[in-house]
Amino acid sequence: MLYRLLSIVQRQRTSPGWQTWSSARNSTSVAESHSITLPAQAQVVICGGGILGTSVAYHLSKMGWQDIVLLEQGRLAAGSTRFCAGILSTARHSSIEQKMADYSNKLYSQLEQETGIQTGYLRTGSISLAQTQDRLISLKRINSRLNVVGIPSEIISPKKVAELHPLLNVHDLVGAMHVPEDAVVSSADVALALASAASQNGVQIYDKTSVLHVLTKKGQVTGVETDKGQIECQYFVNCAGQWAYELGLSNEEPVSIPLHACEHFYLLTRPRETPLQSNTPTIVDADGRIYIRNWQGGILSGGFEKNPKPIFTEGKNQLEIQNLREDWDHFEPLLSSLLRRMPVLETLEILKLVNCPETFTPDMKCIMGESPVVQGYFVLAGMNSAGLSLGGGAGKFLAEWMVYGYPTENVWELDLQRFGALQSSRTFLRHRVMEVMPLMYDLKVPRWDFQTGRQLRTSPLYDRLDAQGARWMEKHGFERPKYFVPPNKDLLALEQSKTFYKPDWFDIVESEVKCCKEAVCVIDMSSFTKFEITSTGDQALESLQYLFSNDLDVPVGHIVHTGMLNECGGYENDCSIARLNKRSFFMISPTDQQVHCWAWLNKYMPKDSNLLLEDVTWKYTALNLIGPRAVDVLSELSYAPMTPDHFPTLFCKEMSVGYANGIRVMSMTHTGEPGFMLYIPIEYALHVYNEVMSVGQKYGIRNAGYYALRSLRIEKFFAFWGQDLNTLTTPLECGGESRVKLEKGIDFIGRDALLQQKQNGVYKRLAMFILDDHDTDLDLWPWWGEPIYRNGKYAGKTTSSAYSYTLERHVCLGYVHNFSEDNGEEQVVTADFINRGEYEIDIAGHRFQAKAKLYPVTSFFTHKRRKDDVELSDFHGK
Amino acid sequence: MERPRRAGPRSCSPSPGAGMPPRRQGIPVRTSSLPLFSDAMPAPTQLFFPLIRNCELSRIYGTACYCHHKHLCCSPPYIAQNRLRYTPHPAYATFCRPRENWWQYTQGRRYASTPQKFYLTPPQVNSILKANEYSFKVPEFDGKNVSSILGFDSNQLPANAPIEDRRSAATCLQTRGMLLGVFDGHAGCACSQAVSERLFYYIAVSLLPHETLLEIENAVESGRALLPILQWHKHPNDYFSKEASKLYFNSLRTYWQELIDLNTGESADIDVKEALINAFKRLDNDISLEAQVGDPNSFLNYLVLRVAFSGATACVAHVDGVDLHVANTGDSRAMLGVQEEDGSWSAVTLSNDHNAQNERELERLKLEHPKNEAKSVVKQDRLLGLLMPFRAFGDVKFKWSIDLQKRVIESGPDQLNDNEYTKFIPPNYHTPPYLTAEPEVTYHRLRPQDKFLVLATDGLWETMHRQDVVRIVGEYLTGMHQQQPIAVGGYKVTLGQMHGLLTERRAKMSSVFEDQNAATHLIRHAVGNNEFGAVDHERLSKMLSLPEELARMYRDDITIIVVQFNSHVVGAYQNQEQ
Repeated sequence: MLYRLLSIVQRQRTSPGWQTWSSARNSTSVAESHSITLPAQAQVVICGGGILGTSVAYHLSKMGWQDIVLLEQGRLAAGSTRFCAGILSTARHSSIEQKMADYSNKLYSQLEQETGIQTGYLRTGSISLAQTQDRLISLKRINSRLNVVGIPSEIISPKKVAELHPLLNVHDLVGAMHVPEDAVVSSADVALALASAASQNGVQIYDKTSVLHVLTKKGQVTGVETDKGQIECQYFVNCAGQWAYELGLSNEEPVSIPLHACEHFYLLTRPRETPLQSNTPTIVDADGRIYIRNWQGGILSGGFEKNPKPIFTEGKNQLEIQNLREDWDHFEPLLSSLLRRMPVLETLEILKLVNCPETFTPDMKCIMGESPVVQGYFVLAGMNSAGLSLGGGAGKFLAEWMVYGYPTENVWELDLQRFGALQSSRTFLRHRVMEVMPLMYDLKVPRWDFQTGRQLRTSPLYDRLDAQGARWMEKHGFERPKYFVPPNKDLLALEQSKTFYKPDWFDIVESEVKCCKEAVCVIDMSSFTKFEITSTGDQALESLQYLFSNDLDVPVGHIVHTGMLNECGGYENDCSIARLNKRSFFMISPTDQQVHCWAWLNKYMPKDSNLLLEDVTWKYTALNLIGPRAVDVLSELSYAPMTPDHFPTLFCKEMSVGYANGIRVMSMTHTGEPGFMLYIPIEYALHVYNEVMSVGQKYGIRNAGYYALRSLRIEKFFAFWGQDLNTLTTPLECGGESRVKLEKGIDFIGRDALLQQKQNGVYKRLAMFILDDHDTDLDLWPWWGEPIYRNGKYAGKTTSSAYSYTLERHVCLGYVHNFSEDNGEEQVVTADFINRGEYEIDIAGHRFQAKAKLYPVTSFFTHKRRKDDVELSDFHGK
Repeated sequence: MERPRRAGPRSCSPSPGAGMPPRRQGIPVRTSSLPLFSDAMPAPTQLFFPLIRNCELSRIYGTACYCHHKHLCCSPPYIAQNRLRYTPHPAYATFCRPRENWWQYTQGRRYASTPQKFYLTPPQVNSILKANEYSFKVPEFDGKNVSSILGFDSNQLPANAPIEDRRSAATCLQTRGMLLGVFDGHAGCACSQAVSERLFYYIAVSLLPHETLLEIENAVESGRALLPILQWHKHPNDYFSKEASKLYFNSLRTYWQELIDLNTGESADIDVKEALINAFKRLDNDISLEAQVGDPNSFLNYLVLRVAFSGATACVAHVDGVDLHVANTGDSRAMLGVQEEDGSWSAVTLSNDHNAQNERELERLKLEHPKNEAKSVVKQDRLLGLLMPFRAFGDVKFKWSIDLQKRVIESGPDQLNDNEYTKFIPPNYHTPPYLTAEPEVTYHRLRPQDKFLVLATDGLWETMHRQDVVRIVGEYLTGMHQQQPIAVGGYKVTLGQMHGLLTERRAKMSSVFEDQNAATHLIRHAVGNNEFGAVDHERLSKMLSLPEELARMYRDDITIIVVQFNSHVVGAYQNQEQ
């Protein structure tokens, strides 16, 4: 096997790479006739012999798994991997991708040594150019994040750029970022080297073998049907690149893998007369939408155009594959941009314009993880044209995931389960990737909202709110109001609120927050995931007690905030559960938990026909009445006393509101402010909303959006799952001790880990930072991912931030670590450690002083609702 | 100067005042530039200069109108004054034409804008150009009937008000093939309208086999539902007269009854050429007969007379598989666009113009009439010194004997009797008929390199050379559908060269993509081309904002049909037969 592989490698090495690309694509070489029969069974079957499939195989075999089969429908490393531009860049916006790229860089650099196969790895460095100040800010943000994880990089002047790269026109630049350790590498050779190493470790590799579909039984992978026979297996890994979507759908129980291919073009030239030096750095000119690297003395240059050409919408289409040819007219804007950047290239002779489709996902992040519907079905695909940069790290994380049950880093933002079947429409994918691909090089500003594929899921109040000036954001396909534009505001200007500084909705949200604090606001929060768990006996309580860390054996009508933990004590979900009666519970989780939480519950709940789990998200419209006067509005509408004596906090009761009966009223607001959540059966939604608005008028009611909610919850130190909490953070690390009942008498999932952590102490701690010397009007705003410095030393990163209108300061949430002075190892973090530090937050290279708090400061600031206050404001005659 | 100058440009009355040969059309676009023209006609052309304020303009325009009414029957004084510097155009007569005395105008679509507006914005220009555009795509997946036609684009731009051009397109349902035609009316639009409605039925009936004719006749006889004969492809503005449909139907029925009676029993293959000639002649004959017989309904009676006394040329293409027949009567033209192997375009003319420029037509006319008429039959390049096309439908003034004309006019309605034009007998009118509707039929076997066919009235051919027409349409169609992608393969191309090439292509594409219709694109060029062959928006805007009365001086009605052939199907036919 190894010999055969190496012979492939050798044959490919002697062929002049790209020059035979078209023949390679249609290759029907039958050099090796396939008398080889597939094994009857294996532990793991990997589909796809590109860089991702081989990387997964490589890492799995490294971790000691032996019984692995890798199937490739054509030849190894012959798909997108073959035509990849070969640029390895660690300058990425998200820190998980940054980590994966950093790992890939380290892996590839030693691969040649490890396997003896030349990979063409060359540490050239990369320069990201900024033509505008905003772009430079964006680069500075990346730069400060690179520095803290030990990747050297610096912001340099245009003059320095000209020194590093002799051919560049730098007169229109305002600056650049230089990452000297970035590299170029031949991705096909990397894949072959990985395959070869995996093969040495016992992985069996079969090319010219197509996976037809995956066999499942009771939601579990049992085998794979190929065109050469069946293989029984426990795990299946879908690394089929742009065909992953189709392969997922071919299952009896379809696995939805939302990705879509777009044509991608890059240019190859013949060598210059004086060939470019091989260590010439790679250039990324995002404002010009192009990348340029040295290629055999000439250049390789491609880009992400504004008008992408989506392809394979209807699946694998032989005609479209054959028609993949150079489209010079389409490439014209990028060519113009290239010649503007490097005018001396005018005389360079063209070798080829390569058209190699790349795969994009609906949110520009790759897809990895286990299918929510089929256990043992893993996916790694949708690399958004960063397959080479991320391949090594992604393969490692997926292998860890399979072997240990968890990757060593938080990969929720890449998890397949962030999507559901609802993102699987071909039309949606086609439209969305047309927006995503240009976004690759667009400026990434805070609070970006996609414009395509919108208005898929909406609350029944959507039109009502829209007419009142709602501006919308989307989460898991659901439209949620961000804020409400008052009638007299200029709407056009508001749409242009793409800035790193103070956004123009600042005043609008301020008035909404103020209204929440002083009167009452209504926020449509229907997007929240809502499950009902019922049973005939005590099964519901028993299984929930096992799944959740808090004690759920509470009197009927009580609401419990609790984490859903994994074995390591990390949060799989953070939710509120109301006990509706002895045998049924109502569970509220974040919007994007719909798929993940469902899969988790199904996996761990006993298969018992007397225990029923139901997704009731669509059945209820949720209105959040926040503010001191919410109580007045509700009591007027229900003729029921709503005072804390009758309706204590964290209490749930079915009652009537207006004419509508059976409204679940809960005394919580997800913000720490007084108020109520109303869960309204959707047919009553409009009625209840109208009643609330008309009765609320005299209490000064108004609509509010998620931006106001966000400001309120962050200043109250309410951590949100998916932003501040993830699978690697435990309740003890984020002040959630009160939500864990270690002694509730049941050995719930994660209890052991928590017990141990309680004994040993935590290694990181979520803290709240209040920026001191930050000028809201003039300074850059924090977003998330900003490095935190403690006593001048890097201590962690922020996870979310908001402006607190009460404190009149910016508030960031973030984890503080205690890295040892000597070896950088993590040490125990105590409250004392937090309290005794001097903190700074680094926003795009500028450090701002911050105060760290472990508990919300709100109690000192917000005034309790007092009797005379109410009376006084009543006098104003609203 | 004693004779009234009332005729339209097409059937222009002899202009005794003009000693020089009359120019064919009032299109100074190519021959003289606008500023030169403005020398000759100070008042109206100042309309084109936007510097003049609105009030001044209305004053000037008012003056012009004043002239228009005052000098009904003689040329305006300033023309006489400027005669030395500029030859007044016969079309100028339109300008002084008393409208109220002419045929009753039906209110058509009018695009002439108010005189205050001199520069149209590009969207305004587009809305004018696109108002009449029509596209038809032959359904792709009609498996049983693979058509050699991909589809057609058609459009028309009026200069007369109302427009006198007509167009028709229909698919034959009982036989195979598609019919497309353009009709250029003169002395009103009645005849062209009637021909556009009726001619295809006559052709379709002529093509029908005996059995089908019998079936249809039996159906009519027994009041059963009729077999549909034609599937029309009409623009909403293309109307059919409801009132006359009964009359027209009866004439058509008489025709097929005669065809049935004439049938000898042997089911000989129907010759398309013969069918076309028969249909043309028969329709013209019916038009003539209907006018002689009259109709008890006074409206219809007047209508058939109007149809007979006005005229129309016709250029009709019948496409069935690889067989293309073009039947032409008059001076519209059918032009085939052929793409050579090197990608360049050449034009193949499939019709002969029947006018004074055609030696064979001159020859024919001279042979058909006594020797002593040789000089008078064509004078100043016009038939009897009056009519430009030498073949046409209607125009009974050139067909009937003087007696018949007088009788019909006297017994006709008052409107006809009062009309100077109809009463006027052409000079040297000795041996009628002088005019025929018999078409000249050209046959062409389609080849894969034949990409499209342009049918257009003379309004297009006067302004553009056929080679330019074919090139513009060819480049447009390839730009839209089959633009040759650039491939570097093997050539030495530098980035700079490629960049230049691409920039050029993009510039070209952007002008092409303004139009979704090849005919519109062609009209844009025909009206807006400057001396460099590029569309000049300013010129386009001026030409389209001409007041109704002036438009006819600068351009004629233009009607265009561009038929696109399916090279694959044509190629397949060819292979099949090999």
